[in-house]
Amino acid sequence: MKIAIIGFGSVGKGIASIIRDKGLGITVTAIADSKSAAIDNDGLDIQSVFTAKENSGICGKIGLTPDDVISDADFDVLIEVTPTDAETGEPALGYIRRALSSGRHVITSNKGPVALKYPELKALADENGVEFRFEATVCGAIPIIFSLQNGLAGNKIKRIYGVFNGTCNYILTRMADEKLTYSQALLEARELGYAEADPTYDVMGIDAAIKLVILANTVLGYEKTLEDVEIVGINMITSESLQLAGEDDLTIRLIGEIDCEKEMLRVMPRVLPKNHTLVVQDTLNAVTAETDLAGEVTLIGRGAGSVETASAIIADLLFIRKLNGRCA
Amino acid sequence: MKLEVRDLPGQLLEALKPISEVGGNIKSVIHKRDPLSENGTLDVQIQLELPEGKLDEMLDLIKRSNVNILRVGEEQHLIRKSFILIGHLLHTDLSDTVQKIDDTGFAEVGELSMVMPAINEPTSAKMTIKSDSLKDIDRALDILRDIAVKKDILIIEPLEDF
Repeated sequence: MKIAIIGFGSVGKGIASIIRDKGLGITVTAIADSKSAAIDNDGLDIQSVFTAKENSGICGKIGLTPDDVISDADFDVLIEVTPTDAETGEPALGYIRRALSSGRHVITSNKGPVALKYPELKALADENGVEFRFEATVCGAIPIIFSLQNGLAGNKIKRIYGVFNGTCNYILTRMADEKLTYSQALLEARELGYAEADPTYDVMGIDAAIKLVILANTVLGYEKTLEDVEIVGINMITSESLQLAGEDDLTIRLIGEIDCEKEMLRVMPRVLPKNHTLVVQDTLNAVTAETDLAGEVTLIGRGAGSVETASAIIADLLFIRKLNGRCA
Repeated sequence: MKLEVRDLPGQLLEALKPISEVGGNIKSVIHKRDPLSENGTLDVQIQLELPEGKLDEMLDLIKRSNVNILRVGEEQHLIRKSFILIGHLLHTDLSDTVQKIDDTGFAEVGELSMVMPAINEPTSAKMTIKSDSLKDIDRALDILRDIAVKKDILIIEPLEDF
């Protein structure tokens, strides 16, 4: 099976190194970053692409673009892992459309295109008889989409709720445990690389809200947008409020919730008992699905990180290979 | 609640079963064998906690088990929900906020603890609202939400009822 990787940041590198090290029988014929691309239809030597990126900051030939990769390289599956744009979904959206239209399977970790255009992209994939998969867009390493669509098939899902953002979870954990102020905990999260230089997306609850939109549209068949989500972030939370909650063995977590009865999506800080299943520590994510047959099912795991996100993408990739028999 | 039970083996158990069937919790049972009434029955007094909205169901079940209900006593505010509030609570007239809940007649503010870190810093508080039913607590919460929007207060609600 031949794949092309567009985006050679931490996730792209994670995928390439897993393929290099694990002997999965996958050939990488193209890798593109923001300024260049390397294409070899017989299969790239992944180690030399890493070396080139390290030495010169680019992975291949300057002037070659992701569009050149899609039109010229020989591949079965496009792995699209460029940075996300939640407002337009571009340029990822364009790459995904072109790859699907040309009869290639697509796997993405990019939230924007899935949150904005899932029905269109799914229809395009179906028309062309290919798969469009995006496990990595929600909760990193946790196979939440696969579990809801396949593992819990036949169940009626009543409610999905949980901790969808590791950055917020880290900040709240540190505020409760060490009595840090919100700004101190945020600063610490930044220093450890858990929060971006501009943390707005995470701390204002937008990242969690986008994940809810993706689950609602892909697993539950809704047609929601970010505007349909009631969002409150964690930026107003005080250290004192966590201490007050702590006196009653309670704590505060940022909880994303889809209420299927009311078709309502919301992200907001909530009070929970400290021993609640969803009160996970540090950057962990945890999601509970309430169903009619299986009752409550909770998945806990790492929601971010290059190898963790790559894990979800590799799983999608091996799933596609299984569906299609071992091609090439 | 006062029940009339026939003085036969197993009757008391029969009378108590419906309480657990609807998820209730028996607090105390006073079981007087004496005085036995003329028709061979005895009185049992039970104090219990019931989940919201389960009273009628339980009374039906008891009636079906051939036990006479003599009297159903007073219900007390048993349902409580705690919230965290963050904002300039004092500057926005806290007593007015509490008063608006107490004035409803169906809910009241039970407890309120506050921490004020420094002047001009937002105050954090934990507020418990008590009522007879979850529905009334939610009605009170709606009022609180309105006040919160006007006074720019953040309300953090519990995830589940506990």
